[in-house]
Amino acid sequence: MKNKYSLFSLIKNAFSQHENWQQAWGNPEPKKEYDAIIVGGGGHGLATAYYLAKKHNLKNIAVLEKGWIGGGNTGRNTTIIRSNYLWDASAGLYDHALKLWENLSQELNYNVMFSQRGVMNLAHNLQDVRDLKRRTHANRLNGIDAVWLNTEEVKKFCPIINTSPHIRYPVLGGTLQRRAGTARHDAVAWGYARGASDMGVDIIQNCEVKGIKRNRDRVEGLETTKGFIKTNKIGVVAAGHSSVIANMAGLKLPLESKPLQALVSEPVKPIIDTVVMSNAVHAYVSQSDKGELVIGAGTDSYVSYTQRGSHNIVEETLKAILELYPIFSRMKMLRQWGGIVDICPDASPIISKTNIKGLYFNCGWGTGGFKATPGSGDLFAHTIANDEPHKLNAAFNLNRFVSGDLVDEHGAAAVAH
Amino acid sequence: MFLINCPFCGERDQSEFSSGGEAHIVRPKQPTELSDDEWAEYLFMRKNIKGIQFERWNHVHGCRKWFNVVRDTSNDKILSVYKMGEKPPVNYK
Repeated sequence: MKNKYSLFSLIKNAFSQHENWQQAWGNPEPKKEYDAIIVGGGGHGLATAYYLAKKHNLKNIAVLEKGWIGGGNTGRNTTIIRSNYLWDASAGLYDHALKLWENLSQELNYNVMFSQRGVMNLAHNLQDVRDLKRRTHANRLNGIDAVWLNTEEVKKFCPIINTSPHIRYPVLGGTLQRRAGTARHDAVAWGYARGASDMGVDIIQNCEVKGIKRNRDRVEGLETTKGFIKTNKIGVVAAGHSSVIANMAGLKLPLESKPLQALVSEPVKPIIDTVVMSNAVHAYVSQSDKGELVIGAGTDSYVSYTQRGSHNIVEETLKAILELYPIFSRMKMLRQWGGIVDICPDASPIISKTNIKGLYFNCGWGTGGFKATPGSGDLFAHTIANDEPHKLNAAFNLNRFVSGDLVDEHGAAAVAH
Repeated sequence: MFLINCPFCGERDQSEFSSGGEAHIVRPKQPTELSDDEWAEYLFMRKNIKGIQFERWNHVHGCRKWFNVVRDTSNDKILSVYKMGEKPPVNYK
């Protein structure tokens, strides 16, 4: 790394009032041709470019971003990281990502503030209890840490939860993954951008893809707002806009794009030192290092690209939050926003080749893509470089919607859809 | 968040309705004849348009009737509402 961040560099820059820090990544104009182009400069896209350059020795790579890097869902999620998914395929995928998270700050020489504060999933009815216990067993068989907590243990682990048996949806227990936690979402995009840029990847912001040039069954390049760029490998990581890009190539994807909302409160002193999720009443909460409560709400039921979301969704989430945490009743919410999430019918992602040669899609992460960022980038880079999926993402191909071999993760996906 | 003009009840809040997704997906006439690709197309593949989309809605907390809506998904503006079985308006593409 050209300019390594260290205690020494911090002291050195202190002498110049921190005014001479080098740029973390470059701002180049696009070249005429690249060996591979990644469409979408979010966490997953930048991670893909990073691993392509690092592990697969491709140097002539560009990342095209229509806005600014990390300005889409990477900067809009609730930063939860966990791997307690039910099926073997998902466990392999998400735990691969979790293992990469554990060493990511060192790997990138960039503090992504990964904090393994644990994620607790609550059960509110007998079916929840059965489902979550089953998931705990499935996790442990796959080598993922998971424990079942009864109501008293839930209360002990997170004392501010209202465990009274008299509330509408009483807490009957929960699962806990201690290795799970949160990270600083912007830092993930910035860290990967810096790492990729350092290895010669061109990160081109404010450059929107307008069309895909095809020669029969293979890609030849991209029409963009900065002109035509030639390439024979295109990796699309466009989240909510995946279908829009797919339509340019005459493809249809099994996706629906919907607004998913989140909100943060005013900052307060530390009150909740873990992440608590409740799928049944649809409320999840954690506290950022700044002190804000970070609250995740649900998706709207209809397709929309507005990045807003409906008020009634937020209202329902806050009702649930207030019943579970009466202590928050006088908190003021500061900001609310929406991100467009691309939802797959089986609530699992697609990391896949297509029937057009040189065109690859990494999409369908729906409501829970942030946690997978490093793993998704690593496996997508493998798929693009070798024109073959890695064994960890082989199950997440596009063809599963034809063969019927779906990976149904509706139970483990945090947001019911 | 927007208002939907139910053809039976009039203008109501969107939260009274449930979205039925893309409209005019024709149910296969002879399901036994369908290939796996055709099943995938019918069951899973969606246009997911950013722009003008034809979709089905159900007034689930009202008259409980289904109808069609033409909506711009980039700004949630509703352009037209028409009943089930009626031909979609031709002035939107």
